[in-house]
Amino acid sequence: MWKLLKYLKKYKLESILAPLLKMTEAAFDLLVPLVMAQIIDVGIHNRDSGQILKMGGVLVLLGLLGLAFSLTAQYFSAKAAVGFGTGVRNELFRHINSLSYREIDTIGTSTLITRITSDINQVQSGVNLVLRLFLRSPFIVFGAMVMAFTVNARAAMIFVVTIPLLSVVVFGVLLVSMPLYKKVQRQLDRVLLTTRENLLGARVVRAFNRQPDEITKFDEENDLLVRSQIFVGKVSALMNPATYIIINAATIVLVWTGAWQVDEGVITQGEVVALVNYMSQILVELVKLANLIITISKSLACANRISAVFDVEGSIVEKNHDRIGTKAAGAAAGDAAAVPKVEFAGMDFCYAGAKEASLNGISFAAMSGQTIGVIGGTGSGKSTLVNLIPRFYDATEGTVRVDGTDVKEYPVGQLREKIGVVPQKAVLFKGTLGENMRWGKPDATDEEIYEALDIAQAREFVDSKEQGLDLPIEQGGRNLSGGQRQRLTIARALVRRPEILILDDSASALDFATDAALRKAIRENTKNMTVFLVSQRATTIRNADRILVLDDGQLVGQGTHEELFETCEVYREICLSQLSEKEVRAHG
Amino acid sequence: MAEKRKENANVRNEQARKPAAAEAGAAGTKKQAARLLQHSSTVKRVLAYIGNYKWWVLVSLILAAVTVAATLYAPILVGNAVDLIIAPGNVDFAGIRSILYRMAVVVAVTGAAQWLMNHINNRITYQVVKDIRTRAFDHLEVLPLRYIDSHPSGDVISRIIADIDQFSEGLLMGFTQLFTGVITILGTLGFMFVIDPVIAAVVVVVTPVSLVVASYIAKKTYVMFKKQSETRGELTSLVDEMLGNQKVVQAFGHEAEVQAQFEEINERLRGYSLRATFFSSITNPCTRFVNSLVYASVGIVGALAAVRGYLSVGQLSIFLSYANQYTKPFNEISGVVTELQNALASAARVFELIDEEPLTPEPADAADLQRADGSVAMDHVYFSYRKDVKLIENFNLDVKPGQRIAIVGPTGCGKSTVINLLMRFYDVDSGAVRVDGHDVRQMTRRSLRANYGMVLQETWLKSGTIRENIAYGKPDATEEEVIRAAKEAHAHSFIRRMPQGYDTVISEDGGNLSQGQKQLLCIARVMLCLPPMLILDEATSSIDTRTEIRIQKAFARMMEGRTSFIVAHRLSTIREADMILVMRDGHIVEQGKHGELLARGGFYAQLYNSQFAST
Repeated sequence: MWKLLKYLKKYKLESILAPLLKMTEAAFDLLVPLVMAQIIDVGIHNRDSGQILKMGGVLVLLGLLGLAFSLTAQYFSAKAAVGFGTGVRNELFRHINSLSYREIDTIGTSTLITRITSDINQVQSGVNLVLRLFLRSPFIVFGAMVMAFTVNARAAMIFVVTIPLLSVVVFGVLLVSMPLYKKVQRQLDRVLLTTRENLLGARVVRAFNRQPDEITKFDEENDLLVRSQIFVGKVSALMNPATYIIINAATIVLVWTGAWQVDEGVITQGEVVALVNYMSQILVELVKLANLIITISKSLACANRISAVFDVEGSIVEKNHDRIGTKAAGAAAGDAAAVPKVEFAGMDFCYAGAKEASLNGISFAAMSGQTIGVIGGTGSGKSTLVNLIPRFYDATEGTVRVDGTDVKEYPVGQLREKIGVVPQKAVLFKGTLGENMRWGKPDATDEEIYEALDIAQAREFVDSKEQGLDLPIEQGGRNLSGGQRQRLTIARALVRRPEILILDDSASALDFATDAALRKAIRENTKNMTVFLVSQRATTIRNADRILVLDDGQLVGQGTHEELFETCEVYREICLSQLSEKEVRAHG
Repeated sequence: MAEKRKENANVRNEQARKPAAAEAGAAGTKKQAARLLQHSSTVKRVLAYIGNYKWWVLVSLILAAVTVAATLYAPILVGNAVDLIIAPGNVDFAGIRSILYRMAVVVAVTGAAQWLMNHINNRITYQVVKDIRTRAFDHLEVLPLRYIDSHPSGDVISRIIADIDQFSEGLLMGFTQLFTGVITILGTLGFMFVIDPVIAAVVVVVTPVSLVVASYIAKKTYVMFKKQSETRGELTSLVDEMLGNQKVVQAFGHEAEVQAQFEEINERLRGYSLRATFFSSITNPCTRFVNSLVYASVGIVGALAAVRGYLSVGQLSIFLSYANQYTKPFNEISGVVTELQNALASAARVFELIDEEPLTPEPADAADLQRADGSVAMDHVYFSYRKDVKLIENFNLDVKPGQRIAIVGPTGCGKSTVINLLMRFYDVDSGAVRVDGHDVRQMTRRSLRANYGMVLQETWLKSGTIRENIAYGKPDATEEEVIRAAKEAHAHSFIRRMPQGYDTVISEDGGNLSQGQKQLLCIARVMLCLPPMLILDEATSSIDTRTEIRIQKAFARMMEGRTSFIVAHRLSTIREADMILVMRDGHIVEQGKHGELLARGGFYAQLYNSQFAST
């Protein structure tokens, strides 16, 4: 948690000056009663109006100085706190981006959103408050105790007892409430989850007429939140009354023992008054300190949640940061062309926490320029297989090689540059069409983009929109239909002219005419590209150079359409479930 | 319940007051008008929510009064006691003891009252916040899909979570400090006027300066807080978008760009935050400065009065301490004011959401569609998502009960839109959709949708167990029913293999399931309800065809006697349809059976044949 403090380093000067200036201001505050005493003792006593006005002027001057110091302090602390928050937010976002899909799944998107937004805000205001008050309040508390000693050591012993007692109360409340605030925050996450779910699933909720139940569920979550908030509030609310009672009990003792001491002639009446005043000064400061501590405990809880995210390590570790010369790697194995573009050797893969492996002993080789069809049932591991190529996950056993080199040896960036991925879920991002197309290649020219759109069969519909590449895209690409989005995601992957293109069931929302035209265009325009076509449709992959048939994580067959149709039972079943025997043979 | 109804009535009244804007449907003008009303109306509305707890507020006020009175009384007791300690040998121990006993009681009462008050304030605040949050969420469920489809979900989430949270913080501070502050001011003011009206008047004249300063700063701060709040919303929606699609971000090595985008917004946020934080934090020093002016003027005027003998030194010192006590709450109040400003800015954003026009209300005499016979008609339907982009024009369709309708056509031709209209997720611009011969707008949405079973291309599952998800449409389904539905959807075998079987918890967005598995669950969900009409939007696109064939068989059994609409690209699905609607650019260009359409040699034949174009 204290690791977060490093983000304050950039604001060292501000972080040191702000509390010091606040302390100076407090010192001015302590001077005021002295000046007032002067007015009473000298001004009133000697009936000296000039002196009274002069001292009044001094009071105003002290006020002005206090104002100047505290304004500067506020500015410094605001600057440091906001800068701190901004720094943490940037770093946290960067860190989250470095995590792989596996970690994000485990942590959950909603809670990451709360952490990067409201948690950081809370910590930010905590830092601001601490910078302003953490020196000032203890300064006055201990200052008052020191002053009490100058009056009378025996009476000051009451302070020596009272202050630790107060600390016990203050820190006790802090210790009890901190875990409770964590609980509140967790419950807030649950409320967020329900909200998010209802936004994303609005159609289904309505289709099943479950709005009342969703409202009930939200009410329950919300109710739990309120109950835990009220509970933690109850604990925190103890702080002020408890400190008030302790201070006043101390005052009662002070007056009572003071009475005895005055009776014995040890101290004077005026000194009793002074001691009582110091005690009440402590009370005033403690109220501030208590508020400060409540904020701090909330902030600490939030800081812990932020640190917890920082502590999660990405599971994809880059071993080698230097780019690998692919030619050299190829030359070592003889003729570069003979090195398979992508090669799986005895590869097993098992998802984190899963009992059974999702993929078992997969071995195959894909040569440069080949089209590889991947077909198989739901959950047979098709997507998992292609996800291993750009190293979204690491193989549990065996190796995956690209250009003859283990993917784990590449810098992640270099590996992924070679690959164009079109995921199952067609997502576009808020911005313009052009911006979306330049995702894979920031410096792509308009021509390159139009070329990719042509191949992806998206040219026609883009041209039909007046704005062309400036067409605004809403979040997730909601202003486009599923098929349009899919074609655009394909184009997006093509813009960077990848060496390996992975189409992960990316044509499912396309009608067969478009799908066919798309495959034809890809085939014609991507001579050297190694294309992985993952699909459920036999027609999509039937013309591939090599077809991989997956069944329940096993590679049950590989070869061409004709070969497999004769030899592979699973493949034959798939084909016949979709096409008539005549259609299967139509181009065979 | 009563409050909810009242709130609904309010919303309706507000809409009635500006019928012109509502009719024009121009969201922009409406929002502007709303913004003008916002500042004062926000306060009023917050007060209305608090009003529900007025008895608690009253108790809190009484406790605050008790606390303050006791707090003001304690120093007087101490003073009295000190007066009895005069000099060695001149100490009234009996008197002191009785005073100190009294003081102990007063302190105990103060402590108890203070704790109770804090607790009640907590209660009121969190209840009010809960009410508003519930109201906002309830509204979410009645917002038209048009709103949900066109607003970033992150922004809406930020309103319901972060803004309301911010609001609760401000409100709590308001309660705990505003009450006691005001009462302390009134209390000390009373004491001061009793001692010396002239000096009290001086205090009263100078202090408003503090309020003027505070409100000037608060006004400036409000703008910054609003901006801060908006920028935070922007940031949240970026985070939501990017984290939700992290795989794409990584695949394209786009981390750096996204980071840059994030940092740009974050930098803007830094600017607004710095100003908001600074402006709000200068209130305190400024009002404190005014306070020291008050203190100084009391000192000077009081001392001069003492010189002339109008005031004793003892009275002056009491005055000074009260002047201090009197001005301190002003500090707190000014702090509270900025916090409240912040809270109001957030509340305004929440109310903005609550004020979004809800669904067109159902007519009072809306019919409850019983089990529909399944005839569906579209009668001269015109519809588009945006005014400037025409989509569906003069769409006519007549479906007899039990027919199976396949909708095919190139992507973007309006197939999904037809479903939006059938389910009444959107209302037609003109024309009518009829079920059983009745306009869907004349029946309750609930009953209309209960008659449809829907499986969408986008598979949404809620976080919860698999069982809960399958039983989503029929929460009281028995174990056997759930399992039967799962078996029919061919989901049973994979569910059984999950770690906890039917009790396996599906994480957010179904993260631990494959797309195909999710789709099977969505199908099982519908299998369990068996409504008289079905809508399948590319329902099986991620399921392998072997499984699909089995599901098709189950569907076929299910569809017997049920009207069904299938948006599908698969030949196998289409071939068996009673009627194929071939759509292009929002129009039905051809309709008929597979064989007929092929023979006609039109657009459908072209689509069909292109599947076998040499590739």
